[in-house]
Amino acid sequence: MSTQTLIYLFVGLSFSLYIGIAIWTRAGSTKEFYIAGGGVHPIFNGMATAADWMSAASFISMAGIIAFAGYDGSVYLMGWTGGYVVLALLLAPYLRKFGQFTVPDFIGTRYYSKTARVVAVICLIFISFTYIAGQMRGVGIVFSRFLDVPITLGVIIGMAIVFFYAVLGGMKGVTYTQVAQYCVLIFAYMVPAFFISFLITGNPIPQLGLGSTVNDGSGLYVLQKLDLVLQDMGFGAYTDGSKSMIDVFCITAALMVGTAGLPHVIVRFFTVPKASDARKSAGWALIFIALLYTTAPAIGAFARINFVETVDQTAYAEAPEWFKNWETNDLIAWVDKNDDGKMEYRSGDAFAGSPDFTGETGKSGERLIANEINTASENEVYVDKDIMVLANPEIANLPGWVIALVAAGGLAAALSTAAGLLLVISSSISHDLLKQTFRPKITEKGELMAARIAATAAIVVAGYLGIYPPGWVAQVVAFAFGLAAASLFPAIFMGIFWKSMNKEGAIAGMISGLVFTFSYIAYFKLISPETNIAANWLFGISPEGVGVIGMIINFAVAIGVSKMTASPPLEVLKMIDSIRVPRGAGDASVH
Amino acid sequence: MTDNDTPMPEPNGHPDQGNETNANEKAYWSENIRLLWTLMAVWFVVSFGAGILFRGFLDQFSLGGYPLGFWFAQQGSIYVFVLLIFYYTWKMKRIERKYDLDD
Repeated sequence: MSTQTLIYLFVGLSFSLYIGIAIWTRAGSTKEFYIAGGGVHPIFNGMATAADWMSAASFISMAGIIAFAGYDGSVYLMGWTGGYVVLALLLAPYLRKFGQFTVPDFIGTRYYSKTARVVAVICLIFISFTYIAGQMRGVGIVFSRFLDVPITLGVIIGMAIVFFYAVLGGMKGVTYTQVAQYCVLIFAYMVPAFFISFLITGNPIPQLGLGSTVNDGSGLYVLQKLDLVLQDMGFGAYTDGSKSMIDVFCITAALMVGTAGLPHVIVRFFTVPKASDARKSAGWALIFIALLYTTAPAIGAFARINFVETVDQTAYAEAPEWFKNWETNDLIAWVDKNDDGKMEYRSGDAFAGSPDFTGETGKSGERLIANEINTASENEVYVDKDIMVLANPEIANLPGWVIALVAAGGLAAALSTAAGLLLVISSSISHDLLKQTFRPKITEKGELMAARIAATAAIVVAGYLGIYPPGWVAQVVAFAFGLAAASLFPAIFMGIFWKSMNKEGAIAGMISGLVFTFSYIAYFKLISPETNIAANWLFGISPEGVGVIGMIINFAVAIGVSKMTASPPLEVLKMIDSIRVPRGAGDASVH
Repeated sequence: MTDNDTPMPEPNGHPDQGNETNANEKAYWSENIRLLWTLMAVWFVVSFGAGILFRGFLDQFSLGGYPLGFWFAQQGSIYVFVLLIFYYTWKMKRIERKYDLDD
């Protein structure tokens, strides 16, 4: 069978699996729609959380980012896993014991205030939408490259699938589809990793391969070889980053705390039967996540070695097929600066910005670009970091079914995260805004209908953002974490651990954290991007890491304001006592 | 929209407000907090410490082909995170049983 047929087959099979599960697990009540009835087994919930969490960015982009950033890529590895420790130890069991449906539920009840609830809903919607647009875009990229359909059609197919199982099945449908999606995506990630690790080092376990010697007879370790080769070409050493220590520190911290404050992740822990299951489940989730996250740096390093070896000094006419495939998809470009027909890969940009193809072809058959050539660098190759994972099987000459598997895995990663985000958006609207705030008399049936309508509307908006991505989407997706760290995390944390925190303090804290972080990011990313250099940053902290400062501001403002205002009422103090002990978590339905 | 009128959900637990229960719950809580401090310290040391602040120092040692600081940043910290959560789960179950507060 041809690779293309295999891709259709694998993607088709995985999609029918998701739809089958959706039909099997329809939600019948709001409790099933919001939290899957609260009876999900901790290991299944761990898998679902892992799929929910690992987005198109984790699956498609992360190894590529690490491949080109080397040590600096560690911020994502530590940041996106360390957050689970924060979650398991400081938040999840208490929120499960609290036993309601949403994150704003907790904030609204703990701070005895509808204003606090609505502020939390605003933070949540803001965080979730910036995040979701990136997922739909990931779906579009996979479709256009592997299934040969236009990005728009790809996004629409993705929307239809998500619509089917998220709107019908609610959290229950999403949970069990996510379990299946985790299996698909981890298998798709690991298989090529085993192959490539074995090809390069002779050791099939990528985590060990990255610490082994390259089997090219040189006796060098993988990382040593990378350092040498890259320094020869004018790059910095792979094991040595270019970011400052304070920036690495702050970005890691913002990602960790942000992870713990992401509503679609937190809400997964509302679905297990007991408070102690929430802890267990976070542990399982992290094991499932760690499998991919400890493999990613190996894939990144191997991909970089492969890329350098197959591209540099190769004549364009003899370039491998994958190179031309991705060039056709606008994600690779080559400009023959010294007119020798060979591709020189060096440090520095080949030209300014992303490629602007003229539609004509050059002497060697390459697609010409209209960008301003960067004469300061000898580099002739432009490569989009996002292709590394998707192109890896082709670069390493792996069989067609592995390529097909990777396509299905990328889609599983993007769809599972999109569905999780859609659910928290819809439940915050139907439950927090309607039921708890503006339409308290709504019936359960009406609320369920409202949740489905809200989910549908959210899918349409997300799809629109995926098809017509505003320039700022790619710029701000990573900032969802900073915003979560600066707004929701401190409010939840103090709600559990700081009894005298009151509603005035929490509201003032959330607003000041959100406004500060948002303004800082907006200033450097949207208003005057040309000033976005280390010399202008506050304490040398980039917009990616500023969520930590926002969080500190949130804490400081909240504590200051709460000292000057009345302490929380007695019933709230009793509620805090009750969530602190695990015994007596609300009943759960078994399924 | 008026504030301050969100109805309290029925507390799920059983906070019968006897003094004995309170003292028991307090002791349980402070043992939990002590455990949290210890584990969060480990969490900080393996990631921010070994992977970032002391990476330069640790990189002079190596683990196979990994410089040690680099290993902590891209592999080791993640393994420790997993162990931390499972240790906490196990230890908390024991503490809860000790105070008869488990679920």
